[in-house]
This record gives sequence, structure tokens and C-alpha cells, in this order.
Amino acid sequence: MTAQTTDRPVHDEGFDPAAQAWRGFQAGPWQDSIDVRDFIQRNYTPYDGDSAFLEGATARTTGIWQKLLEMFPAEREKGVYDVDATTPSTITSHKPGYIDAEQEIVVGLQTDAPLKRAIMPNGGWRMAKNSLETYGYPVDPTLEKIYSTYRKTHNDGVFDVYSPNVRAARSSHVVTGLPDAYGRGRIIGDYRRVALYGVDALVEGKQRERAELDLYAADEKVIREREENAEQIRALRELQEMAASYGFDISKPATNATEAVQWLYFAYLGAVKEQNGAAMSFGRNTAFLDVYFSRDLADGVLTESEVQEIVDDLVIKLRIVRFLRTPEYDQLFSGDPTWVTESIGGMGADGRTLVTKTSFRFLQTLYNLGPAPEPNLTVFWSADLPEGFKRYCAQVSIDTSAIQFESDELIRGACGDDAAIACCVSPMTVGKQMQFFGARVNVAKSLLYAINGGRDEISGKQIAPESPAVVGEVLEFDDVWEKFLVTLDWLAATYVEALNCIHYMHDKYAYERLEMALHDRNVLRTMACGIAGLSVTADSLSAIKYATVRPVRDQSGLVTDYQIDGEFPAYGNDDDRVDEIAVKIVHEFMERVRRHPTYRDAVHTQSVLTITSNVVYGKKTGNTPDGRRAGEPFAPGANPSNGRDTHGMLASALSVAKLPFAEAMDGISLTNTVVPSGLGRTKDEQITNLVGLLDAQNVSDGYHMNVNVLNRETLEDAMAHPENYPQLTVRVSGYAVNFVRLTREQQLDVLSRTFHDRV
Amino acid sequence: MPGTRTTHPRFTPSEGSVTALRPTDAVTPRAAQDLPLPRRRGTASGLPETLGDLHRELLPLDADGRPLHHEKVQALHAGLMGSIHSWELVTAVDGPGTRMTLFLSGCPLQCQYCHNPDTMQLKNGTLQSAEEVLKRIRRYRKVFSASGGGLTISGGEPLFQHKFVRRILRGTKEMGVHTALDTSGFLGRVADDELLADVDLVLLDVKSGNEATYHETTGRSLAPTIAFGDRLTALNKPIWVRFVLVPGLTDAPENIRGVADIVQNWGSVERVEVLPFHNMGEDKWASLGLDYSLKGVQPPSSEQTEAAREVFRARGLTVY
Repeated sequence: MTAQTTDRPVHDEGFDPAAQAWRGFQAGPWQDSIDVRDFIQRNYTPYDGDSAFLEGATARTTGIWQKLLEMFPAEREKGVYDVDATTPSTITSHKPGYIDAEQEIVVGLQTDAPLKRAIMPNGGWRMAKNSLETYGYPVDPTLEKIYSTYRKTHNDGVFDVYSPNVRAARSSHVVTGLPDAYGRGRIIGDYRRVALYGVDALVEGKQRERAELDLYAADEKVIREREENAEQIRALRELQEMAASYGFDISKPATNATEAVQWLYFAYLGAVKEQNGAAMSFGRNTAFLDVYFSRDLADGVLTESEVQEIVDDLVIKLRIVRFLRTPEYDQLFSGDPTWVTESIGGMGADGRTLVTKTSFRFLQTLYNLGPAPEPNLTVFWSADLPEGFKRYCAQVSIDTSAIQFESDELIRGACGDDAAIACCVSPMTVGKQMQFFGARVNVAKSLLYAINGGRDEISGKQIAPESPAVVGEVLEFDDVWEKFLVTLDWLAATYVEALNCIHYMHDKYAYERLEMALHDRNVLRTMACGIAGLSVTADSLSAIKYATVRPVRDQSGLVTDYQIDGEFPAYGNDDDRVDEIAVKIVHEFMERVRRHPTYRDAVHTQSVLTITSNVVYGKKTGNTPDGRRAGEPFAPGANPSNGRDTHGMLASALSVAKLPFAEAMDGISLTNTVVPSGLGRTKDEQITNLVGLLDAQNVSDGYHMNVNVLNRETLEDAMAHPENYPQLTVRVSGYAVNFVRLTREQQLDVLSRTFHDRV
Repeated sequence: MPGTRTTHPRFTPSEGSVTALRPTDAVTPRAAQDLPLPRRRGTASGLPETLGDLHRELLPLDADGRPLHHEKVQALHAGLMGSIHSWELVTAVDGPGTRMTLFLSGCPLQCQYCHNPDTMQLKNGTLQSAEEVLKRIRRYRKVFSASGGGLTISGGEPLFQHKFVRRILRGTKEMGVHTALDTSGFLGRVADDELLADVDLVLLDVKSGNEATYHETTGRSLAPTIAFGDRLTALNKPIWVRFVLVPGLTDAPENIRGVADIVQNWGSVERVEVLPFHNMGEDKWASLGLDYSLKGVQPPSSEQTEAAREVFRARGLTVY
């Protein structure tokens, strides 16, 4: 009954993959069941050398990229380049599209032309309709009728089941950004399976899973799984059909590296044709692809330059993934992000590094094509990584500011060595784990609710259940803390209820058929809760505890402001007095979230991550007891409040590193900004020092670091838009200053100093 | 003497050649006339050289804002406690790797271009015990070993509190952590060989190349710095030299050559950093109620800075 059926051969009788597609590969359990990790472990070649082998862009690569570069300005200006306003997107809805059919090595676009966006109304008709109207495209009346009369969407479903309590919390913005009107995303299909096994074998695998499901009594869970299984198989066949429209038969395994990349990309493309997910991440593919590249290089089929060309071409495709979204969505997640996250590097469970030459080749695309935010190249950092790779990562980071770093130790400990990041910081075992994305709640606003007896500090409305408001002239820590915990009780209950509603309906009306077809049947689901405003809350509580904070009330008795006398330790200075408060907030909220049962028994997790929504959260939050003014942005993610971390970048990182990963297994985000000269006198010294910093953070259990190493353009941009650079620190001969706090003249001075010429 | 707690007379430019050298008239004699002078004893120039020279009124206040208890004064004098301005974890500026830079309060020099004037006076610091400081250093051992960094004691002039510094350096070396001392060398004589045995690197500020300019810049004499550098060389102690290029003050060709002449004689110099003057410390002078004598002085151009670096490079030194 419990026997897994996946231990049988996955290939059919008439085909011998070992002789063809799998020639030269070391045999193992991966040939008998779907086990990509086993394939990688038996066949990959760790690389501990440096970057000297890398090749630059070919004329072909540059030519294709140039075509797109010429299209980008029009897209930026209008918001979209083009939209297919009448064809709801499915895996097979659009005819083949090309950038330059003659020149492309890897083919496939989301629609029939590059940068042309598709509508995906299953998430919600309103989002699709608003997007079309925003960008001046006609709304097809037939489609409108279908999606408002005949076809219910995820968004409709959610609002059918939300309770008044959830609606109130949602509209007061104490809970914000919920994926109730758009695709939840953050599910990574194991796209490698298509390349390694071919679609036929994957369908057979799913059929065996179905046979097992048919043995079970048909209760609600089993029926749901059977339906999902049928959808998964249907999606795999549609994927095959889509590939065939481009002239490829992906029913069988890829037989060489070019095919492996193409098969892999088709699988991903199928996912982004059908799902407008908040984050559509790519997985962990470099060691996998390296096996194929190594074989073709050894066989003399490919040269290094050709290998790099294939990688460059794949990355070009990943850079032009596009979704149609509304301005409200952009306000929350600005910059048109897709989070095509590719996880690179790390160490294996057996102590060998998972760094391969292809890890370098992916990073090299930032030189060959120039820097770009997508794909979101994410390095799994460990102090044990080979020195050559560490130095190349640091060099790329200094040159491009385009890569982020996450702790390989923490991720490997939680998800094994075949894990990848979805979105920014959410780790999951590829093909075996998925998450129910939950956006985040505003803990700073919750603190204000606690002070005001559950009333909103801006509208005065009763949002949380009525409770005794703070009385008296001075805020007492114990009193406020106790009230805060009561508010968190309510918040956690409301939040988990909202997420259960959302994910029930997403599964029902916007199920990720293809992505889930590329998962095992027994998948680990997490309920990914999140918090925003951690630093503001910790500092506010620190002010209440260590300084004297007097509430200022309006005529109705609502506390709308605070007078602070005295000094208080601020989060971000490696000061345990306040860092312990931050740790406690994370712990207490996680503990409360865990009290509430989840949809499909998902494991409760939380993140301390805001992406760019820290600005919106701040805008919707009144004055806080730490002295932050109403409407001012929160610090992003787990970052300390702007400018309050005065003991250097690493001290700030060490405060953040105290947040326990066990209580925030969906990730803890930290963004840091340094100028190149802040890392050293010479490029070589800068690289050495950045490696040292990353190692230091890594051994101190830091989870994540976004490193911005800023060039001249960025500093100029910071002068024009200081709000985007709250913590840009410049050091000049032993003296640190917050760049945006300098006068214009001083900024110009720094600008000239840093770049060794005068403005 | 309430007035003595708000100013320091040497911060006011004295009459004489200094003003004449400056490109703009930045002389504001207001402070000299309006503010009372604190009583001092000790050196010829009326300034304390080390902690031992200090009057009680120049000591930091206790945490509750009251004068220090006698026991704490004793502890400060014995080096069991130190007057700390701040600490920071920094990369790439105060020695190799990522370092904890400990800024001590108190300095016998008054460099006109000082960008940390808030560290000049001992009384502006907060009192901490050597144990407290060592505890924090211990906390970063992993960071130091991962980044190839260590501890840098800076200031102010760290040797102003040499007993405390000695204690911190010893404790730090016992942990196996790399140490650097950021000093002007003016008090080099109090850094005996035993203290220096616990220093892995000296960041030595050579503020000028001749006595006249040195005195004008700092109010003190250059000779002790030269003697200290000579001693470091004899001990084969690695040195990173720093020289701040201030237009109208230290940028005369003969002065730069003078610095290069001195540095060239020190065989253990690993690098020379020529730092262009900046006026970002100006606000700090103002917020301390002090007059900034270099008001309006513009930073040197990159060409000027490069030319100064070239003077050192031409002598075979590694220069940044």
C-alpha cells in the first residue's frame, strides 16, 4: 500500500536511453526512477579553478541581444512593448515566436513575438482587464463575458470565502500584497526532468502515480489528487505539443547539450506561458547542464565558445520573460520583476563542491550581455567554496551589483543539496517541495493597533478586536509588549485564515499543472507567512523600554504620535539589548502562526522579507514610537532602519544574523550597499575583502546578502532619488558618512573622490 | 568651570602664518575672545600629552552625567578603563580585511583638518572597562579569521591612553587576533617594545615633512614621529604610512618631498596612502561649537593627488 511505484524503470520498452541519450553517463538509481539529484551526483565534475577559461560574447549573441536592446526603450516608456489582448495564454495558445529565427540557438517565446505580453485571466479577470485598460488595449467583450459569466477565477473564489475580519485586515493594510488577485508563483518545477527523461517517461511516471491513487478510497483528498494528476498529464502532453510547434520532439530524453538546454527551457517556458506567478523561478540547473556540456566538449562536439553561446542564448530568453500586471501591482513590486531565480554553487552533502564550469558560465553572461536584474542569479555561499569561484563571484558582484548571496549551510541543512531559491530568499528542494506564497503582514502597524486597542492609527476604525488601549502619560514596555502579543494572536489567526482561503482557491481555479507535473506526488508544502516592519517595531519597543516615550492623543483618544526623550539602542548595531527584541518578535509571531491549521497540512514558515513593498507598507503606517514619521518607508526585509546602523555594514549584518533561521525558514533578507573604494584600494584587494565579508557573514549564520557595489551612475542616481538609497554609506579615510544625508556639495565631493576625478 | 566643557581653545586658529597660507579668509577670532580658556598644565604648548597630565575637569562624566567617582578615575589612569568614542566594523580602510576599529577619545594634536574633532577630547568619550572591550573583540574572532582582519585601535590618539591600549592589545593577541595601531607617532615614546610586541601593523600618520608645517598643521613637533618610525623600522614592524594632502597647508612640493624623504628611510613601510583632504568633518566642528580653520578650503584635484602620490612612487614605494 505504501510502496512507492517510482522505483520501476521510467523508459518504455522500445527505447534504450542508456545507449543513446545517456551514453557515457554513470549508471545509478536515477535510471530507474525520477531522481535528478542522483544523476547529478554521479555524473558532475566539480571545478575548483578560476575564471580564465571563460569566453566572451560571439557576434551572433551580441546581434540578438542588440535587437532586444533596441526594443527596451519603447517598452520602458509605455510600460509594455505589446500585448496580445485577445488570447488567454495556455501552454499551446500561441504560435511559435522568434527574436531572430535564423540566429537563435535556443528557441521559444511566451507569445508569437518577443516582449509581447499575454493575458492570463485565471488568476483574476479584473487584473487582466485593468492591465489592458491601463496600457490602452481594447477589452474583448467575448472574453469579458466568459470570465465574468461562465468561468470563475481564483480572485472570485477567494472573495466568496473571505470573512469580514479578513476583509477588514486587508483593507486597513495590516495584511497586504496577498496573492488573491494574481498568481501566487514561488513554485519551481523541476524543469531538468524533461531534459533528462523526456516527456513520455514523465507521463508514465505520473500514470503510475495515478494507478496508486486509484487504489485508495476516493475521499476528498484522493479525488483532488486524481484530478490534479489528470491535469498534470494533460499539461505534459501540451508541453510536448508546444515543443513540436517549434519543430522539436521532446518525448524522449535530450541527446546532447544543446537539446538539454532546449528541453529544459521548453519546460520552463510552458510554465511561464500559463502562470503569471509573482515569482517564476528557474531552479538549480548549472551542475545538471554541466554534465551535458562536459560530455559534448569531451566528444569535440562543442567548443568552449559554443558552450558559452548556448548559455548566453538561454539567459537572453530568461531576461525577456514578461507578465502583464497592473500599476497597483507595480507599486507593491516595482520594476517589473519576474524573479527568474537561478541558484548557483554551494556544496554537496558529500563535501564536494557543486560549483562547475557552468556556474561560471552563467555568471559570465553578466559580462557578455551586460548587467541585468533577471535572471536573478543567486549564489549559494559557503566558506568552503573553492577560492577561484569565490573570487569570481566577488568580482562579478563588484562589477555588476547583479548577484545575491545566500547561506549554503542553512539552505543545505533545511532542504538538502538539491535546493533552489524561489523568488528572493525562499529555499525549497527542487521537485519535492513547493510553497503557498503568503506575502506578509505589517507588524509595525500591529504594534500601533496594540497601543490603540485594535483601532487603526490612521482611520480610527476598529480593525482588530476591541481591547484595552494603553492609558497613561508614558508607555510602559511590559504593558505594551503584553498588548502587542494579544494583537499578534489576532493577526496570526486572521492571516492564516486568509492564506488558507487563497490557496484553496488557487489550487481550484489556477492550478499550476505543468509546474506540479514536474514535482513528485508527495510534495512538501509550506505555508509561507511573512512579516514587514521588523526594524521599526524592534526600535519602537527599544525606545519604549530604554527611553521615555509619551503618546500623543487626538480628540478621540487615538494615539497618533509619540514624544521620545532619551536615547535607545537601535537594531543593526550588534547590540543585544535591542536585537533580542527583534529575535523575540520573529519568534512570537512564528509561534502564533503555528497554532493555526493550514490548508493541505502545509508546514508553517515565515520570511522576513519585503521585496520592494517596504515603501507601500510604510506609506500606510502612522507615526511609530521609534520616531519614524507617518508614511516614511520601512527598511527593506530584515534590514535595520535607515541610518540607525552606525557601526558598519558587518555589525548591521550580524544583528540580522541573530534572527533565528529555524523561526524564519522562508528566508531573511538583508540588503547592503558599498562603494567600490569602500572595499579596498585595488580591484584585487576589493575582491579579497568582499570574499572576506561574505565568509564572515556566512560563518556568523547570516542567511542572505544583497550586495550593491555602486558605480558612479548609481551615486548620481542616489542624488536624484535619495529615497531609494537610505543606507548608502561612503567611507573616506577612516570616516563613514551616510551618503544621502550629505549636502549636495558634499555628495559631489564624494562623487569626485570615489571616481578620482572632479565634477 | 562650565565653559571649559564646551570648547577647546586650540581649536580656534591662532594668529599668524596659518591664516596667510589659506586661500580664503577663514579666520574667526570670536572663540578666542569670547570663550574662557581652561586651566592646563603639562607641555610647553599648554596641552596634555597623556592621560596622566589631565585635570579632572577634562575627564569624561559618568553614565549618570555626574563627575567620575574616584575609583573610576583611578581605573582610567591605570588603564583598567578607557574613554571610548565609538567602535565600528569596517572593511578595507584601517588595515587588512574586516576589522573592528576602536576609536579612543583624547588627542594631544589639534590637526586643522581633523575630520573627527569629536574624538579630540577625552571627556567626550564613554567610559568602558578593558574587559567589556575585549569581550566585544572576542565576539568577532570568527569574523576576523574569515576575512583576514583584526583589531585596529584608532582615535583620537590611542597612545594618549597607552595603559589601556596596552591592556587591549595584550588581550587581543592572547586571542590570536591581528592588531593594528593607528597613530600619529607623536607619543611613540610611550609605546615601548613590550607594547609594540603586541602590534602587528602600525598605521602611521605623517602629517607633514618639516617641523614648521607640522607645527602649523598640528600645533606639535614632528621629531617624535620620525623617531617612532625609526624605531619601528629597527623592530621591522610593518608600517602603512598615511599623509593627508591639504591644499594651502600640506601640499607645498617641498613638504611632500620632505614626507617622502622621511618615509623612504623606513624599510618596513609596506604602503603609503595619500589621502585627499575633505571637508566632511566641518559639520562636526560646528556641532561641537568649534571654529573650523579650513572653512572653504577645496579638496585637491585628482591630478594634484596623483602628482603627490607620484613623488612617493618615484622612490619605489607602494602608493595608493
